[in-house]
Amino acid sequence: MIVLFSLIGLIGRNIVINLSAVGKDFSFGFMTWPAAYDISFSPFIDYTNKSSHLEAGIVGALNTLLVAICGIILASILGFIMGVLRLSNNWLINRIVYVFLEFMRNVPILIHILALYSLIVVLLPPARKAIDVGAGNFFISNRGLYAPAPVFEDGAGLVGIVFIISVVASYIFIKWAKKIQNDTGKIYPVFWITSAIIIGFTGITFLLTGMPLSWEVPVLKGFNFKGGVSIKPEFLALWLALSYYTACFVAEIVRAGILAVNKGQTEAAFALGLKSNRSLQLIIIPQALRVMVPPLCSTYLNLTKNSSLAIAIGYMDITATLGGISLMQTGKEMETMLIVMGFYLIVSLLISAFMNWFNKRIKLTER
Amino acid sequence: MPLEQKKYPVGAHPDLPPPVSTTGPLAWIKTNLFSSPLNTALTILSLWLLWTIVPPFINWVFLESIWDAADRKDCWAQMPNPREGACWAFIIGSFEFFVYGWYPDTEKWRVNLSFIILIFAIVGVLKEKLPGKKYWLLFAGAFPFIAAWLLLGGFGLKEVETSKIGGILLTVIIGITGISFSLPIGIVLALGRRSKMPALSSVCVIFIEFIRGVPLITLLFVASTMLTYFLPPGSTFDLLMRVLIMVTLFQSAYIAEIVRGGLQGLSQGQYEAADSLGLNYWKAHRLIILPQALKISIPPIVNTFISLFKDTTLVLIIGMMDIVGLGRARLNDPYWLGLAGELYLFIAIFFFICCFSMSRYSINLENKLSTGRRD
Repeated sequence: MIVLFSLIGLIGRNIVINLSAVGKDFSFGFMTWPAAYDISFSPFIDYTNKSSHLEAGIVGALNTLLVAICGIILASILGFIMGVLRLSNNWLINRIVYVFLEFMRNVPILIHILALYSLIVVLLPPARKAIDVGAGNFFISNRGLYAPAPVFEDGAGLVGIVFIISVVASYIFIKWAKKIQNDTGKIYPVFWITSAIIIGFTGITFLLTGMPLSWEVPVLKGFNFKGGVSIKPEFLALWLALSYYTACFVAEIVRAGILAVNKGQTEAAFALGLKSNRSLQLIIIPQALRVMVPPLCSTYLNLTKNSSLAIAIGYMDITATLGGISLMQTGKEMETMLIVMGFYLIVSLLISAFMNWFNKRIKLTER
Repeated sequence: MPLEQKKYPVGAHPDLPPPVSTTGPLAWIKTNLFSSPLNTALTILSLWLLWTIVPPFINWVFLESIWDAADRKDCWAQMPNPREGACWAFIIGSFEFFVYGWYPDTEKWRVNLSFIILIFAIVGVLKEKLPGKKYWLLFAGAFPFIAAWLLLGGFGLKEVETSKIGGILLTVIIGITGISFSLPIGIVLALGRRSKMPALSSVCVIFIEFIRGVPLITLLFVASTMLTYFLPPGSTFDLLMRVLIMVTLFQSAYIAEIVRGGLQGLSQGQYEAADSLGLNYWKAHRLIILPQALKISIPPIVNTFISLFKDTTLVLIIGMMDIVGLGRARLNDPYWLGLAGELYLFIAIFFFICCFSMSRYSINLENKLSTGRRD
């Protein structure tokens, strides 16, 4: 005990002595200094090289969150598909998925990111010879993916409001249908009715207001495309690599989760007269989820932490902005690293808190 | 010709072969590939996928590839069209560089010797029924120190700077050091976390959760920029040493959580039995608790070792030249410019072989343990 505390004290003393020896003080004042470097990818905040280090940090943090959230969504979708295919009784597809999974997850994520990035940059043609992947609207080149950008005109706000109202209405309908089902046992086709509410109402308003939405198609001008939305190759490579790498782990978790549900449960569901999709929805998936949530949580955490590898290909996440360039420029190792680590800790805690809440919700309530 | 019907007495007909539709290759194809419309669609889709991917890939890797060339222009001159096949001459020509880094030519036998001893140490640890297992384990425990002496020199050998170490050698050094030193530290942390002293256990909890909550890269940045601030003034470590310390700490936090899981998996009766035998804390743990807890946590430990081994590639980002770093440096070499596909495939296969064999071992062990344990 005493040894431990004296060790901590010694480290603290060493920090103070060493910092004063190189003439650095411990303060966060540098955050307001102009950052003086460019960030090529800043979709949310207007960032120029005159902005402060604080703004650079915020841009980086948002970029990290963006790639992490997109990655988690895509990884879950791919992972669920592969996990189910891995259980398929089709021998061929089963083997193909198995070989893919084993190869992908035994190769470091950094290699995936670097290889995918060089694949995009080296193999794809330059912007002038971009490949048309969608009827003159979508282009892919070594500068990234170009897609049409939506342009909102007058009345688009009304459509948005109607959309939100119809989502709320269908939510209320779902609650009501569930109550009716619990009380009387009558089952409504909830999925079809809610889709009809959302698509129907929004669509009618959209037509009535005279289609207040047009698309700005990217057009080749000179050496690059103008207009439209562009997705940078750095983001594309990082996002795809993180997604399929993590999806391999998700697939194994999904497979284990489904296998963990006793076969008797399926048979019991059929014996009760449930159809196969109802039994999947009401009996199998709730039980499989219970097994899957804790490992999924740590997989999502890993994806978020792995997104810090963005620095290897120049995607400006928080490690690359604040922990990379700002650190080098200001020489404030201690402070920048504290902020970066604190950011990751908070994100990790938030994700685990959410997953714990979700886990508690779906937990078996024993009587 | 009319079919001749032979008459058999009732019950004496010889067994007929099973119908073709239930056994044999045709039936196998039917049940495994075309059992339902969905399955048929999947089969056709995957056949199409295989047809579009596999032949060009084999063509690129084997049929059109060049294994012997002076540089990339020479490589492409030997093909019908440039870039039609892989230029493996690049990997073969740089192979020695990829393995040893800048290790001096005259001293390379020391690296080879360490690799050979490493193989003995690994076999000694992994193989279960080995005569003198205890001595093998002792030998494996001493291995990191023997290898450090062999590789770095001193005590009669010529000294080699750590900056000369690179490539696969560096990857293996970081991996093995992380694996061998993180295990004891992780066990201590796990015991500390379960300790009844609140101060000790909370320090361990904070350490473990902090390390597990941040990416390894940020810790490596700490190692490369500011670890010296934590050490007594005036002391300097070289970069490799600092990275090794950080990787070991990082790994030990993960090991600690696994060992804690193993400790919690033991029934309370084991602790009580140890207490009733009159064993004190250390003896009880050494003789009763840890052997059982460690045994059930070996498979997950092997799995974290796999991820550690993959994570060793991250040292590239703080400018150390592991296999990826050297490879990327070679890519900028004007003679071999832009042969990224060959390079990354080679590195991927290297890691795949290492990690896949580790994961097979872990699965094997898991099966063995799950049949051996009775609850």
